[in-house]
Amino acid sequence: MISKQDIVNLYRKTATEVPMDILNALKDAEKSEIDSMPKNVLRKIIENSEIAQKEAKPICQDTGTPIFYIQKDSSLDEKRILEVIEEATQAATKEIPLRNNAVDSLTNKDYGNKPLVYFEHSGLFKMDLMMKGGGSENITQIYSLPNKELNANRDLNGVEKCILDAVFKAQGKGCPPYIIGVALGGTVGSVAHLSKKELLRNVEDKNEELHEFEKRVLKNVNQLGIGPLGLGGKTTALAVKMCSSHRHPASFFVGISFGCWCLRRQSL
Amino acid sequence: MIELRIPLTEKDIERLNYGDEVLLNGTIFTARDKAHLFLLQNNFEKMHNSVIYHCGPIIKEGKVVSAGPTTSARLNAYTPELIKKYDIKAVIGKGGMDKTVLNALKDKAVYFAAIGGLGVIYAKSIAVKNVYQEEFGMAEAIWEFEIKDFPVIVAMDSKGNSLYEEVLEKSENRYKELIKQ
Repeated sequence: MISKQDIVNLYRKTATEVPMDILNALKDAEKSEIDSMPKNVLRKIIENSEIAQKEAKPICQDTGTPIFYIQKDSSLDEKRILEVIEEATQAATKEIPLRNNAVDSLTNKDYGNKPLVYFEHSGLFKMDLMMKGGGSENITQIYSLPNKELNANRDLNGVEKCILDAVFKAQGKGCPPYIIGVALGGTVGSVAHLSKKELLRNVEDKNEELHEFEKRVLKNVNQLGIGPLGLGGKTTALAVKMCSSHRHPASFFVGISFGCWCLRRQSL
Repeated sequence: MIELRIPLTEKDIERLNYGDEVLLNGTIFTARDKAHLFLLQNNFEKMHNSVIYHCGPIIKEGKVVSAGPTTSARLNAYTPELIKKYDIKAVIGKGGMDKTVLNALKDKAVYFAAIGGLGVIYAKSIAVKNVYQEEFGMAEAIWEFEIKDFPVIVAMDSKGNSLYEEVLEKSENRYKELIKQ
């Protein structure tokens, strides 16, 4: 059974260390930029990541909404895991420290931090933690195809138009360069959930079926010129990650989730 | 690199052009969503002629742990009135603000871009002087900060120029071409 301290340690690592695959992608992007503005912005981003890790301080003051994705078999009790996560969240908030990011929508009461926890059945135990910032969450988009305004049909070309539209609308508001998660499916809830889960994928990994599409969309997104923090440049996104699931014949939803440049995710 | 001391003068504002890199020194106040409503509904003397920082920091035992900028666009609706009411000289934030704010800045003030996510780097340039409306919570309270060599970029100047408008226009042209295909 996983301990409270294991989860506090996971929180600390997640809040203070930019994942290695993302840091490498940021370093490659810094080399590829020519203009001084995007180059300098990326240099500062890399410098901040290194200092945060060395001093074990939160990379960004928005330590996000903690989201746990847990794969486990039936021998582990969900109720007990939830209790341990709850205790660890309170401890991590105090110790690291994290910013209080759970406010009652009606009364504005401050609840400290409240994790979201998803369970999946699997023979192997795995716990992923994503600490999802508010700025990048606010630029999430969900499209229903066909979309007349975008002249987008129920095909990959139509999906690409949705992604370009979402990035264009977001401009620099969600702290680019972005990691873009995309999901196709039949309900609003499923594409919102699955597109966010795509952000857990290593930026380097290859999805056989959709890899060529992901590559093409990334290339086109980076032609928009929005750049790091929306101040212009060649690097608007570091990766596009997509998955597809079944849908109701009447519906075709495209969910698009964004990770900011310091997408905080680590696993146990 | 231009070095400026707060309070900023009309002359300081006039000489700043979009794209300039600036090191700021002096006193600034944080304000997010709740603080903006509070500042519009009440009279907060200290805010006159000052600089606002869109930031919800992490503070522990009076020390700044992490304090980068938050998304400014959420505050578009309140900012023109706030600039007018308090003669705000500069707004620091991330992601830029809309045309109504660009108009409100004219001949009066500038918008400085700070880089989103640089929580640790900015924290090193900040000392806490005071806190107001602490009941709003740590992120939403109005923090009075003393900043030293705080690096920012002039992204919207007092002459109607905006880096974001420039990027938006260019990206819109490319976006329209790509969507057509």
